[in-house]
Amino acid sequence: MCHLFINNQWHDAVSGKTFPTINPATGEVICQVAEADAADVDKAVQAARNAFKLGSPWRRMDASNRGLLLHRLADAIERDAAYLAELETIDNGKPYAVSYMVDLPHVVKCFRYYAGWADKWEGKTIPIDGDFFCYTRHEPIGVCGQIIPWNFPLLMQAWKLGPALATGNTVVMKVAEQTPLTALYVASLIKEVGFPDGVVNILAGLGASAGAAIARHMDVDKVAFTGSTEVGHLIQQASGGSNLKKVTLELGGKSPNIILSDANMEDAVEQSHFALFFNQGQCCCAGSRTYVQADIYDEFVERSVERAKRRVVGDPFDLKTEQGPQVDQEQFNKILGYISSGKREGAKLLCGGGVAADRGYYIQPTVFGDVQDNMTIAREEIFGPVMQILKFKSLEEVVERANDTKYGLAAAVFTKDIDKANYVSHSLRAGTVWINCFDVFGAQAPFGGYKASGNGRELGEYGLENYTEVKTVTMKVPQKNS
Amino acid sequence: MPVNGAGVQQTEGSTPASPTEAKEDNMTDNVHQQQSDNGCNHQSPNQNHKPQHGDGPETQTLPMPVPDPPIQYTKLFINNEWHESCSGRKIPVYNPATGTLLCEVEEADTEDVDEAVRSARAAFQMGSPWRSMDASDRGQLLNKLADLVERDRLLLATLEALDSGKVFLMAYFVDLMATIKTLRYYGGWADKIHGKTIPIDGEYFTYTRHEPIGVCGQIIPWNFPVMMFAWKIAPALCCGNTVVIKPAEQTPLSALHMAALIKEAGFPPGVVNVVPGYGQTAGCAISHHMDIDKIAFTGSTAVGKLIQRAAGDSNLKRVTLELGGKNPNIVFSDCDLEHAVEQAHSGLFFNQGQCCLAGSRVFVEGPIYEEFVHRSVEKARGKVLGNPLLPGVDHGPQIDQKQFDKIMELIESGKREGATLECGGSAWGQQGLFIQPTVFSNVTDDMRIAKEEIFGPVQLIMCFRTTREVIQRANATQYGLAAGVFTNDIDKALTVSSALQAGMVWVNCYNAMSVQCPFGGFKMSGNGRELGEYALQEYTEVKAVTIKISQKNS
Repeated sequence: MCHLFINNQWHDAVSGKTFPTINPATGEVICQVAEADAADVDKAVQAARNAFKLGSPWRRMDASNRGLLLHRLADAIERDAAYLAELETIDNGKPYAVSYMVDLPHVVKCFRYYAGWADKWEGKTIPIDGDFFCYTRHEPIGVCGQIIPWNFPLLMQAWKLGPALATGNTVVMKVAEQTPLTALYVASLIKEVGFPDGVVNILAGLGASAGAAIARHMDVDKVAFTGSTEVGHLIQQASGGSNLKKVTLELGGKSPNIILSDANMEDAVEQSHFALFFNQGQCCCAGSRTYVQADIYDEFVERSVERAKRRVVGDPFDLKTEQGPQVDQEQFNKILGYISSGKREGAKLLCGGGVAADRGYYIQPTVFGDVQDNMTIAREEIFGPVMQILKFKSLEEVVERANDTKYGLAAAVFTKDIDKANYVSHSLRAGTVWINCFDVFGAQAPFGGYKASGNGRELGEYGLENYTEVKTVTMKVPQKNS
Repeated sequence: MPVNGAGVQQTEGSTPASPTEAKEDNMTDNVHQQQSDNGCNHQSPNQNHKPQHGDGPETQTLPMPVPDPPIQYTKLFINNEWHESCSGRKIPVYNPATGTLLCEVEEADTEDVDEAVRSARAAFQMGSPWRSMDASDRGQLLNKLADLVERDRLLLATLEALDSGKVFLMAYFVDLMATIKTLRYYGGWADKIHGKTIPIDGEYFTYTRHEPIGVCGQIIPWNFPVMMFAWKIAPALCCGNTVVIKPAEQTPLSALHMAALIKEAGFPPGVVNVVPGYGQTAGCAISHHMDIDKIAFTGSTAVGKLIQRAAGDSNLKRVTLELGGKNPNIVFSDCDLEHAVEQAHSGLFFNQGQCCLAGSRVFVEGPIYEEFVHRSVEKARGKVLGNPLLPGVDHGPQIDQKQFDKIMELIESGKREGATLECGGSAWGQQGLFIQPTVFSNVTDDMRIAKEEIFGPVQLIMCFRTTREVIQRANATQYGLAAGVFTNDIDKALTVSSALQAGMVWVNCYNAMSVQCPFGGFKMSGNGRELGEYALQEYTEVKAVTIKISQKNS
């Protein structure tokens, strides 16, 4: 059984409750996990608060040593990469080759990147008017609640912990109930490399209980959430209903992927396939509205269908497998519901559309053509292996249609024309725009959403701002001199 | 090897060399240990790790020098290979504590510099492994190098103490710790050197790229050989440059060991080339070279001028200079006197006075002048001279005969010009280049010892009456490297620190250096800044790329 990680120790839930975590490839229970609710959140917040007290080891630590601890954590994760990748695959269903070759290296790089920032997050001295000396200190916000999703469990943990710890905060993290295992293993590494007690506390639990307790907690100074836009609304409301804690949100998307007729066809087809189907379609930035210019539409659709039919679905531990199961029954049912709505509303089902195995939560790679902007599958986030291809004629038209959504997370454009690339990328209302590529992530580059896709930015230097209070110190001086 | 004297014990396989290796301790202990380890960071190093003779438990936890350290690397390091010099000449390398010959090292001259530059240029070609490497991987290489330095920390500290005469524990706790931290710090910067996108007028899209300058010549001094090596290569490499570095002829050993570690860490061939040699030959060849894009020099102001002129005479290579100082340390009567005496003492005597930062003009306010002098003399008399590898010794020899003679000559001038010699003033011991810790009082601003950089263990204490007066006197120098002020009065602290013309001002501390904090001089103390984010500017060219677009939108 897995426990809660509070104050560098393992705890049962106060209620004694546990929940099962399921292998989505088989539907079988992997193990029981202690289920945190409000009482456990209180304990964790208390530990995090103590670790943040003035004079504590964590507060007194040199910033460069915070960085060194993050480096050590990266080293430990790198050492155990094969085990963590395996655990991630069992718990989440993503192909092992992807866990090991994509998720784990990104996790390690993210921790290393923020390790480097720890002693480089500089305040300023400011030439204020009058006989004063003025400077800013970049101080940690305090106790940060962090609620992470199940689609990239380890990577989302790294995105959250890296900047929060580099800047000196303490953390109460709730991991998704579908995928608690790798985050709890990383908790053991956090203790192993020497983070002081209470700096990181990791709880597994449900959103409605543990998540809600964090969001409305009066002693949590900041909450960062990655998940659905629907829950993002609740988090923001909870902040308003409690102590006005700072909120950053990384939410849903319905990201347009625009293929102009001068694009390299083969590359655009492959990238668009990857943009949607990567991670079983369970990406907030999935390119789920593929806009293709009219004169290449037919060929693009044909090739995309052919590519989707070739997609290898199966046992995630088979190294040839490209697509594993969806994460759980609920997601599985929801995606099948969307596929039905697509058919019902008149989109053309070109391939897939059904269940792909007799056990586990497998869904066939599915492609819809002739999709219209007002269809449910063109407006709502499906979060599954379902590709929508739409036709457009002019640049102005596609920009307008691409922006006609409540979301604004990511977008892409495929073209060889530098003018068009600049025009489209500057016109799209999205936090990330890829040109002739998709899903290119680096710890160095910020990621986040316009509009209802979120609030704030993760990664890059920008990611530090969400974990920092700026303090202006102004001192009277006898006489100013430049 | 003339190293293993009485008192040097073997400690192989004993306590971890570094607190960072003590994995299972809780972090609290680690951090406290690290803080106190790093004399460079928080306090004057001299007070921190004075080994206590006969203090059993204490001496056991202190690191000990490597007995009979192997000197493996004595050749020129070019293109990740070891070369003999074209001329066949060699540099004799001495132990300044004994005067004995340690080894001979290949002596680079113009032809060798040319070869090193060719190799650095090839490594910098478009499409080379180094140019096409991810910035984060450059950072990882620097982190790897830091790990290797940490592994070889005892050996490097021993070599450094042997070669330069500095006290082994200082080499271990200050020089090596700073070296490791510098490499790690710039390892972290590699993928954080951001260009900008710029809201230019008109239908354009503009962005900047921060590109490496190219082949960088770097010439470093003998007073902190391995630390200066790290200060130079780390920012250069993190920005993606290639390097031809010349260590001082007095102290080439740690730099050559670093070269071996650079290769081991996996830097591509030609990225770093190490060419020991003399200033007039190899140094001159670097500064005049038509295919070196930038030169960074640390050393005397006199040579700094030559470097600047050589750049003007050749290809207008970019120049950064880190030169001499005659640094004022101002002590007000409202300060914590004992602390000020201690800091002023270590601020001058650290590293046998061989610091460009040395607080070599101590201005003390009238009411506490006599007491300050009295206590300073006591401190100076308390220093233990001897073989810098031996526990208990906290003051080693000067680097070479030339420096020794220059310091003795300036001491004589002080006596002649009427300063009061309070203690010291002569050579010490039967062998080696030792000078007694020396204190002069009643020094006036016009004396040579108050104007010229002595670079030796000679403390000069002057008296002042008013704040305005001391600011004026402190700034009346061609130099502007560092300064200190001791006072508990916040207004005085802010007034004086704003008024001093110096690149670093320390308030109620001295030599409080850290890799995050920029370092460099006003006036003739230099040009540009090392360390911190500021150093990155010295190793990058900014390229503004402007692209015509069809329609602008905010």
